[in-house]
Amino acid sequence: MAYNDHAADAHDHDAHDHKPHGWRRWVYATNHKDIGTMYLVFAGISFFIGGSMAMLIRLELFKPGMQFLDPQFFNSMTTMHALEMIFGAVMPAWTGLANWMIPMQVGAPDMALPRLNNFSFWILPFAFTLLLATLFVPGGGPAGGWTMYPPLMLQGGAGFPMTIFAIHMMGISSILGAINVVVTIMNLRAPGMTLLRMPLFVWTWLITAYLLIAVMPVLAGAVTMLLTDHFFGTTFFTAAGGGDPVMFQHIFWFFGHPEVYILILPAFGIVSEIIPTFSRKPLFGYEAMVYATASIAFLSFIVWAHHMFTVGMPLAGQLFFMLSTMLIAIPTGVKVFNWTATMYKGSLSFEPPMLFALSFLFLFTIGGLSGLMLAIVPADYQYQDTYFVVAHFHYVLVPGAVFAIMGGIYYWLPKWTGNMYDQTLAKWHFWLSTIFVNVLFFPQHFLGLAGMPRRIPDYAVQFTDWNQVSSIGGFAFGLSQFLFPYIIWKCVRGGVRIGNRAWEGAHGLEWELPSPPPFHSWTEPPSLALIQRGAAH
Amino acid sequence: MMRKILSQSAAVAALGMSLLPAAHADSGWGLLNMTQGVTAMSRQIYGLHMLMFWLCVGIAVVVFGVMFYSIFTFRKSKGAVPDTTLVHSTTVEIIWTILPIAILVATAVPAATTLIKTEDLRNSQLTIRATGFQWGWNYEYLNSGVNFFSRLDRASDAARQLGSGIDVTTVPHYLLNVDKPLVVPVGTKVRMLLTANDVIHSWWVPAFGVKKDAIPGFVNEAWFDIDADKPGLYRGNCAELCGRDHGFMPIVVDARSPEDFKAWLAAEQTAEHPPAADASAPAASAPSN
Repeated sequence: MAYNDHAADAHDHDAHDHKPHGWRRWVYATNHKDIGTMYLVFAGISFFIGGSMAMLIRLELFKPGMQFLDPQFFNSMTTMHALEMIFGAVMPAWTGLANWMIPMQVGAPDMALPRLNNFSFWILPFAFTLLLATLFVPGGGPAGGWTMYPPLMLQGGAGFPMTIFAIHMMGISSILGAINVVVTIMNLRAPGMTLLRMPLFVWTWLITAYLLIAVMPVLAGAVTMLLTDHFFGTTFFTAAGGGDPVMFQHIFWFFGHPEVYILILPAFGIVSEIIPTFSRKPLFGYEAMVYATASIAFLSFIVWAHHMFTVGMPLAGQLFFMLSTMLIAIPTGVKVFNWTATMYKGSLSFEPPMLFALSFLFLFTIGGLSGLMLAIVPADYQYQDTYFVVAHFHYVLVPGAVFAIMGGIYYWLPKWTGNMYDQTLAKWHFWLSTIFVNVLFFPQHFLGLAGMPRRIPDYAVQFTDWNQVSSIGGFAFGLSQFLFPYIIWKCVRGGVRIGNRAWEGAHGLEWELPSPPPFHSWTEPPSLALIQRGAAH
Repeated sequence: MMRKILSQSAAVAALGMSLLPAAHADSGWGLLNMTQGVTAMSRQIYGLHMLMFWLCVGIAVVVFGVMFYSIFTFRKSKGAVPDTTLVHSTTVEIIWTILPIAILVATAVPAATTLIKTEDLRNSQLTIRATGFQWGWNYEYLNSGVNFFSRLDRASDAARQLGSGIDVTTVPHYLLNVDKPLVVPVGTKVRMLLTANDVIHSWWVPAFGVKKDAIPGFVNEAWFDIDADKPGLYRGNCAELCGRDHGFMPIVVDARSPEDFKAWLAAEQTAEHPPAADASAPAASAPSN
């Protein structure tokens, strides 16, 4: 088709592509890319808000003795930091990436349910405004930990019902987002895009979406019971009325353990995209990767009580949860081995996305190994609720989930903008992040083993040295993160133009589209040849 | 067999630790690892911890070794050509599934054996009930009438206030000292009954390898048996977030010889139930003076 032939049609075509401009483009957004962008911006803002709370925590813990914060405010900082980072930063970042990439990767024009998509995003700013507003009401923000264990949580002030309402809204948003992902993947795949040709990011997100739909209602139920215990005289979790405070923990962790896989499975997907690209070699053991992801998702439902080995469970229960937890090491090991085998006999280059993926590979493995140690119940009696646990889950969540998100953004940003970003600056961002994340979290292993409990605003003086190292690492890590929005902003504003395929070794349908891609990604389904070229595994 | 493995791994651990930079083991930079503790159980837990630690180090060395080898060998900048046919191997997948299963089974056995022992509460010789509250502990020696509260000591409490102006490094055992410690005999199987009267707390003394939640409305059990030759003061903390002053809720255990303990208990009984002052009930056991 020559352009001239369609000069007359061009206007119609434009009309078809018509989108509102200015603020209406965002408030009324139904386009998957616009909504994906909003999710990512929202996640970035939450990352800095949650991060500034972490900075306050590390500031108070720089020295023994209370210097800056009231202990109650300190507790609300640890609680809010977790809620901001989990529900405000990591989960919306994954949904943002899903919005941007899934339609492009499966050969669809958009997400299946665009208006629902708009709604599920716009719930979030209200939910988090409400959550942050608790800091300014009598009694302050929630201070019982993000795990919200009763009876402590029931002692909350005016912020208590606000927190619960905020969590309900976040849960609704997540469920709607997950439904959209499932429907898009199930119904909008291009002809020929069979399930076992889908990119692993799509696969891991499909499984994540099912986990979300399964467990977010469980969380909603748990917090609703807290609410009725507090306001309507029920005694679900109050022993004096025949209830059971430990039951909350069982319900919470039945949500909470799949939740940690909700945070990490899409990371597995992204790393499975990046490593083959920069190894110039297809993913090793594609099907094994899919089955391992599904196994991890299944196991995530039967290991919850390993978070509560010290509550006094029967011996048989402790044995069961120890053994089922150890089983998770097997599919996780399969994934790590397959990524390693992908690099073996490849042709590696080290652009920023690959650097972040490699950092993920090493540091997530460290977090996985400390997780294996935590599974051993008698040893867990010594680890439980110490900084060893803090080190463990930050290793899997920061250089795990967060680095994978950053790697994913560095991987696809040229596709989204059509411009290559400043790779030198991005490498600075990578090295500063990787070095200081270890300075920040590695000493916390020592602190925990030496006996420092978690969630304390002050500590015995023998813990001073490693806490200072950790705090210095924290401040440096925090400062380094300002490079990230700067690099993105600079790239959005301009840069070296790139073609369809931003990276030499990249495969997949998104790289067959122009950079930046058209407003409606695949208005016509991609051909079978394109699909097969993308799914070269 | 298992005990041998555990003691060996503890020995290996000690060797490994000795290679680390020399430092005082009980302060600052030298605080790198779990304490071996002063009970047979805490040493067994330590052995298990070190077994898992070295296993993880071994796995990490192998896996990271292959990763680093690949990263340094198969570089495009060194002219590496990708072998794009190397994408699947059922044999390899089976090997790296079976091998971890074997390792896990091998570690599950000592873990389960130790766990079963921690749950064996038979033949205890002394029972103490600890009740957590916001923020301290109440200890009751069952059937003896001795019952007292144990809270953060005054010196720590004064120093820990926001803007107290007190240099906390000058406070002895800052945040790890109480006004009245729990006193127990060494060489005795002591059973702890743990509960709470407001929110959930957790009773943790690292040197005993004991951490158990104290939950309102429920009674949990735990036990320890301190080595007969290791009387002394052992310190721990509440390990479950319990509100504003969770970080200021230490546990101190004063382990004494059984004779000293008996004398202490008798003195406590006298102090708590002083002999009646009126002449109609002269206390036979009251010391005359």
